[in-house]
Amino acid sequence: MMNREPKQYDTGEVLPPPTERYTVLGWLHKNLFSTWYYTILTLVTLYVLYIVVKPTLNWAFTQAQWQVVVVNLRLFMVGQYPADQVFRVWIALHLLAFTAGMAWGIFFPRARRIGAAILLIPLLFAALPFISNFSRVNWVLFDVFALLGWGLAIWRPQAMRRPLLVLILAYFPILILLIYGIKPILRIVKTNLWGGLMLTLLLAVVGIVISFPIGILLALGRRSELPIVKLFSVLYIEIIRGVPLVTVLFMAELMLPLFLPPQIKIDNVIRAMAGIIIFEAAYMAENVRGGLQAIPKGQYEAAWALGLNGFQTTFYIILPQALRNVIPVLVNQFISLFKDTTLVAIVGLLDLLGIASTVLAQPEFIGRQREVYLFIALIYWVFSYAMSYASRRLEVALGVGER
Amino acid sequence: MMKQASVPFWRDERVLAWIAQIVFLVVTVAFLWYLYHNMITALAERGLLPSFHFLKLTAGFDISQHLIPYDRSSTYGRAFIVGTLNTIEVSILGIIFATILGIIIGVMRLSTNWLINKLASLYIEIIRNVPLLVLLVFWYTGVFLQLPRLKEAKFLPGPTIVSNRGIAMPWGKPTSTWHIYLYILLVGFILAAIVWWRLTLIGKRTGRMPLVSLWSTLTFLGVAALGWIGLVIFAHQAPLAPDLPKIQGLSTVGGLELSPEFLALLSGLVFYTAAFIAEVVRAGIQSVSKGQVEAARALGLNGFQTFRLVVFPQALRVIVPPLTSQYLNLAKNSSLAVFIGFPDLYSVAGTIHNQTGRAVEVTVLMMSIYLSFSLITSAFMNWYNKKIRFVER
Amino acid sequence: MKRTLYLLGILLIVGVLLAACGSSAGQNGAQAVKTVIVTVQAKGGNTPSGFGTTLKAVKERGHLICGVNSELPGFGYVDQQGNYKGFDVDFCHAVAAAIFGDPNKVEFRPLTAKERFTALQTGEIDVLIRNTTWTLTRDTELGANFAATTFYDGQGIMVRKDSGIKKLEDLQGAKICVATGTTTELNLADQMAAHGIKYTPVVFEKADQVYGAYDEGRCDAVTSDKSQLVSRRTTLKNPKDHVILDITLSKEPLGPVVRQGDDQWFDIINWVVFATFTGEELGINSKNVDKIKATTQNPNVKKFLGLEGEMGQKLGLSDDWAYNIIKYVGNYAEIYNRNLGPGTPFDLPRGLNNSWINGGLLYAPPIR
Repeated sequence: MMNREPKQYDTGEVLPPPTERYTVLGWLHKNLFSTWYYTILTLVTLYVLYIVVKPTLNWAFTQAQWQVVVVNLRLFMVGQYPADQVFRVWIALHLLAFTAGMAWGIFFPRARRIGAAILLIPLLFAALPFISNFSRVNWVLFDVFALLGWGLAIWRPQAMRRPLLVLILAYFPILILLIYGIKPILRIVKTNLWGGLMLTLLLAVVGIVISFPIGILLALGRRSELPIVKLFSVLYIEIIRGVPLVTVLFMAELMLPLFLPPQIKIDNVIRAMAGIIIFEAAYMAENVRGGLQAIPKGQYEAAWALGLNGFQTTFYIILPQALRNVIPVLVNQFISLFKDTTLVAIVGLLDLLGIASTVLAQPEFIGRQREVYLFIALIYWVFSYAMSYASRRLEVALGVGER
Repeated sequence: MMKQASVPFWRDERVLAWIAQIVFLVVTVAFLWYLYHNMITALAERGLLPSFHFLKLTAGFDISQHLIPYDRSSTYGRAFIVGTLNTIEVSILGIIFATILGIIIGVMRLSTNWLINKLASLYIEIIRNVPLLVLLVFWYTGVFLQLPRLKEAKFLPGPTIVSNRGIAMPWGKPTSTWHIYLYILLVGFILAAIVWWRLTLIGKRTGRMPLVSLWSTLTFLGVAALGWIGLVIFAHQAPLAPDLPKIQGLSTVGGLELSPEFLALLSGLVFYTAAFIAEVVRAGIQSVSKGQVEAARALGLNGFQTFRLVVFPQALRVIVPPLTSQYLNLAKNSSLAVFIGFPDLYSVAGTIHNQTGRAVEVTVLMMSIYLSFSLITSAFMNWYNKKIRFVER
Repeated sequence: MKRTLYLLGILLIVGVLLAACGSSAGQNGAQAVKTVIVTVQAKGGNTPSGFGTTLKAVKERGHLICGVNSELPGFGYVDQQGNYKGFDVDFCHAVAAAIFGDPNKVEFRPLTAKERFTALQTGEIDVLIRNTTWTLTRDTELGANFAATTFYDGQGIMVRKDSGIKKLEDLQGAKICVATGTTTELNLADQMAAHGIKYTPVVFEKADQVYGAYDEGRCDAVTSDKSQLVSRRTTLKNPKDHVILDITLSKEPLGPVVRQGDDQWFDIINWVVFATFTGEELGINSKNVDKIKATTQNPNVKKFLGLEGEMGQKLGLSDDWAYNIIKYVGNYAEIYNRNLGPGTPFDLPRGLNNSWINGGLLYAPPIR
């Protein structure tokens, strides 16, 4: 757009913007001790920090007994998933690494340093002293697959876009088939053996993926001009949003078996999933509706002027734009769902939090509450923080809000 | 559109729309009826046909904290009310404290003091990325249960007794003049309302708005203080007698006793929600453009006036809608109390289901109570939102 | 105006989806009606509850589904390899051994106290072996049948030694930790009301939380089944500082539970339990069972081990059912000692849970 007089800027020496340069003392003065009350605030804060941090670090490095975590690492990660089948979880992870590597290469081709930093994390895991050699090899493989995907994307960015999309769309069904099994090839692993972090992540993924289409339908229904459809959507959304997730889970656990015909029996993992889907669909609908409302009316009018019918307008013009706008919101919804899956521990599933209380019942590890809860809090924190960081990057990359 | 009559009815959009709706309705109703039918069949087999008769039966279990009288011979219905009141109590207190803490942290987040600013962001980043349930467990087992035993209890000035049985603090015990004092308070309230009304009128007429809230609050407090002194002088009896806690046998007696479960739940909810409210507040204040502040300063308003008259009212419009959803979240999140043993609505409902086996009735009751909380809160906040939007003109 | 058209499209999708559900609904409804007409005597069809249906379903499935506790040391918990272990869990293995001759053909469902009866009623599990107390209400209203008691227990109270609490009356004003959804909670309320003692219950969902809170000094006392108190005492920070009072608040017979309506299945579970008793009475255990089977001349032993009398077939099982139980899981004494006996941290005296020969209550009807 601004190609009228570019030469001047290209050739001329570009001066860095003026910055205020400080000495260390100058920086301290400006940021910490500029006025008397800032000085007091700073000193008080430093004192409080000292009081809190010192005993905590002291405990973590000298008193805490982390053996409980080391010994039960597999339980925390995959629960009671059969040990000889854990390779399936690894395959799913490798495929994820490959897909993520590809996406990284296509969307952030220049962010090599951050990518390399992320790749260091699995290597770090591989270097941990107490894990099995099998896990070690797999963590290295994880990086190899990520690099492979990234390399492909860098090599042929344009040609790889479509395969990437297919991979992303196919990942969910592949994941479920891998974990659950297919009769002749892979042994079926019943959902009651799913546990730990794997169950937590699966619940979150299943919750988001399946509630997505339902949410879109509800959002369209809520914006519809048909009174009955609208009423139904509004009622569903508002009722579900008005009650806590744990009561929906309570309902799913106790009442779902009553609603189903006697021949159909579903176990409590599936019931929890159903509860989560019922709950998330309402929130999904509101997120999608937000995206729909952001589409200017001109888009509808332009589409009709081009002779598109209602169906085409919705699915080719409006929804793609709306969904692109809501992707960051959906990532946030995924993060909060990831945290909310802890509630299934209340209804008795062995997710990360649930497995923690089981581990705490092992006779040799009674009274290790702090170590265990701190460990799982750290896992939750690392995952949510990484995802929210990624979502912020994604927001920038997608250029949401920049039009 | 003019030739509507000539369009055959099977291509008339309005007719089609209605047919579609009727089909939708029929299918939905049929589906729901089918679920209902399954349920009734299954329940009939177990002899548990839906009926709320059980609410009149004796509960048989005790509840540790109750705002209204309750013991094992009370009914299930009363147990429900006890749980509901506990939920309301913790939600209201949680909302008040979370708002205060959230505003403080939100303002800290905007501070130019590097340490305070970073500390606030660190707090927000840590709390927002950890599940509330894990936080609650931490507060309960990691903080409140680690306090000293009752025998080695700490006495803070007051006396306030701090132990892992909770915190017992001095409180007032109503005396014979308490009900008279209530009338005095009512008078004070009416006077305060009149002051509010008059000052607002004056403000509107002169264009110089006095500190309305401050003056009316002072009026109320003044009347309350005068009334207290008057009662002491004329009736020789203060309306409230100090009720000091002391240790007697296995527990503390007297004063206001707060259990560790209640404190842990409240702290967990407050510290968790405050992180979200802080972000809401920060976004609200940042949404007010810098030009507004500069213009206000150019008009000669001081820092406080700028904030009270220019920044705050505008920020409030951005803050209130997301704040509402945070309040609703807090009320709903209080249902996690069950994990740390506080007898809230969900916990009591769980126990009732357990003892009676009446899954359907308990679920329906519990969900409708939570739903009405949400509806009432959002109705109130919508009203408030409209009210402050009106100021916008 | 054209917007209605796209809504129509969406509606059609919804409609088709719902119609699909609706139509299958109609079919199922019709089927249900048919079954009722054809088999009048079968009361409902919700769960495979008619005679023999559970065993058939279990055999078709190829494994047993057993509802257990996942966090009660000694009775049901998950070890570091992710396997279920414990006294109750061993009885699940015994049932599997009796049916399939393979103790590992069991799938375990961890259940909280709350959800256990729902799981049983809806047929999610075949048998519930989760320290469940036999009461009249549960036996009747909840549609459950209690098989032979595997563990005679009583509700007790544990306090700190230095608290000086000796009897119930000393608990005036006390805080008492208790698990919700149990008979324990109700017994406590009843007993305290009967003695006119004021107390505050501190109620938790899970046993782990109850003892955690007690250990931290949240409560003056904790109440539960005595066996649980003993097993949990070993897991407190300083087990020696705690004492279980010589008070029994209630009788707590614990045993396997099945759905009402399938008498064959009820018999099987009962006799699996009796087989472990009989094994102890006859002195047969997993180590000597093969030798005894090869050499025995005792008719009772022969019937028991399936060498004569076709006892197993009367239950719908193979004749070596009891042999399999003893061989793969062991007799009652072995199960008890393995999980709760002297070699374990619990070292729980047999007490009432001794064979009648040794003055206990375990008394198996004769296998003949």
